[in-house]
Amino acid sequence: MRDIFIVAIKAIIVNKVRSLLTMLGVIIGVGSVVLLTSIGTGLQAYVEDQFAALGTDTIYVVPGTPFAEGGGVGGQQSVIERTKPVLKKQYLKEILHDNRDLIKDGLLMAMSIKNVKYGDKEKKISLLGTTANFETVYNTKAEKGDWFTKIDNEKKSSVVMLGPTVAEEFFGKIDPIGKKIKIGSKTYRVVGILEEKGGGFGGPSFDSYIYLPLETMYDDLDVQFINNFTLEAKEGVLIKDAIKAVKKTLLKDMDEDEFTVVDQAKLLETINGILGMFTIGLGGISAISLVVGGIGIMNIMLVSVTERTREIGLRKALGATPNTILIQFLTEAALLSITGGMVGLIIAYLGSLALQPYFPAKVTMDAVIMAFGVSTAVGLFFGAAPAKKAAGLSPIEALRYE
Amino acid sequence: MILKINKVSKHYQMGDNVIKALNNVSLEIEEGEFLAIMGPSGSGKSTFLQVASMLAHLTSGQINLKGKDVTEYNEIERSKLRNQEIGFIFQQFNLLPRTSAIDNVALPLVYAKVNNSERDRRSIEMLQKVGLGDRLQNTPAQLSGGQQQRVAIARALVNNPSIIFADEPAGNLDSKSGEEIKKLLIDLNKEGKTIIMVTHEPDDASIAKRLVIFKDGEIVNDSKIKSKKEVEKKNHNIIQDKLSKKTKLKKKK
Repeated sequence: MRDIFIVAIKAIIVNKVRSLLTMLGVIIGVGSVVLLTSIGTGLQAYVEDQFAALGTDTIYVVPGTPFAEGGGVGGQQSVIERTKPVLKKQYLKEILHDNRDLIKDGLLMAMSIKNVKYGDKEKKISLLGTTANFETVYNTKAEKGDWFTKIDNEKKSSVVMLGPTVAEEFFGKIDPIGKKIKIGSKTYRVVGILEEKGGGFGGPSFDSYIYLPLETMYDDLDVQFINNFTLEAKEGVLIKDAIKAVKKTLLKDMDEDEFTVVDQAKLLETINGILGMFTIGLGGISAISLVVGGIGIMNIMLVSVTERTREIGLRKALGATPNTILIQFLTEAALLSITGGMVGLIIAYLGSLALQPYFPAKVTMDAVIMAFGVSTAVGLFFGAAPAKKAAGLSPIEALRYE
Repeated sequence: MILKINKVSKHYQMGDNVIKALNNVSLEIEEGEFLAIMGPSGSGKSTFLQVASMLAHLTSGQINLKGKDVTEYNEIERSKLRNQEIGFIFQQFNLLPRTSAIDNVALPLVYAKVNNSERDRRSIEMLQKVGLGDRLQNTPAQLSGGQQQRVAIARALVNNPSIIFADEPAGNLDSKSGEEIKKLLIDLNKEGKTIIMVTHEPDDASIAKRLVIFKDGEIVNDSKIKSKKEVEKKNHNIIQDKLSKKTKLKKKK
């Protein structure tokens, strides 16, 4: 075997440029598969981190059945269901009242879209009416100023918090705290700006909302629908039990298919499912280039067999069995392919490092094993036909070949 | 007896025609013999060499090597047999390019699964024997034609085969190198090696002890060699005969 390796390495080195060009297909193939899947898995890891930051004891009540088959977060059905005003303000009160021993705190997100004006700037912005405990439930701090308070809510004060994107859009470098903006026909005072958060429930990012005290919103503006109830389970409570209890309360007022109670894990599972499909899709597309790379190897190996016909004849005359020749050429093809695969892997790794400041790319051990396995398989698969051709050559015909 | 060829035929299909390259040829070769095979081109001498050396399959007949019937051997058995029992010297040398003399010589030992140090030891010994002890690391491109053929002879000898088949060993060499190679073959035969050499040069054939001449796929002469002149004469007569036949045919037309 050692001799076969040496011969294979020699054959590759002797035709440096040709070998490199042959490998290029596999380099690009493996490189793109690994890099793109690393982006996919990086995204998954990023999402998981984000969810972990929110806390694992959070439960959501959303309208409709977005997690049932055909649904999905932000899927068609959920958007339609959400626009139906099935969730009502008093249901949250009932939940909090009935399940005091399980649920620590809870809030609702009332949604509306209105024209917002500051100076000569005017734009339609999503409004989110909620209570002061948004800060603690969502683990979100004010970047500037302060969250509106419980009293603001009770007094129906005309105050707003701005998502950082909204603040940037309307105020640029001006400090918005204390400034007055117009929503519809009424005027509100900016009391704070949210820290950057990203995310959102399939809708716009949390950064691009304007936040109002819930009661203010109900009083001043027409609430179009309630997006969700966000509940925080008490420490030590089994999430499963809490979900069951919340469901029981809600079933008093609603039908089973009008709402869904989910926890972080379920949400995460759904999002990961989508990202997983995304990763497989990206990997699949780039796998096409691997096939092209494999065909390149087959092509060059066929050329190599033809070029070395006399050599094959000689080796056979001197005692090489057909199997030895077969293994010889398979080794050469696999070596070309594996070397290409490893170079591709290194490039993908460097690529993921370069992407990291902008994108959460992550090369996993799985990807490394896959790159090695796939490139070996490509080499063996596409090397088989040329190797078989070489093994089948008659020594006499081969020695006579000019 | 080392090699017994018994009623061997080799036929090729060429379109609609069957070419009888060898027709019912029988030949017995004793250990230590030095055989020269001659004959005009197309006479079957090269085909005989290929069939007898187990490179090509035969159509009918039987081949016995060292008392064993090897006629029906499969590809793997044939490979092993060639590796163990047969040494080849080709007209074109057939050395691996960009490969050192020592590695070229060691090639049969690779397939014989001999370990590295033993391979080196035997290859060096053979290269010294053919007078190239100082050229171990030279590649074919760095050697003259005569030196390349000597490397090929060392390769043919390295696995200590029973028979050496040489196909026009001096055919591609200048006369001085050719003489060196011939002297080497004579010495090897003196040491007891059985050599079967195909050539069309009476001068080369005369170094052998026995002359077999092929014509139209059959053996037309099998005799001891007494002198170079005799070889020239016999070869001349046979070729002339062929020529005269051809001339006769032309005249008839």
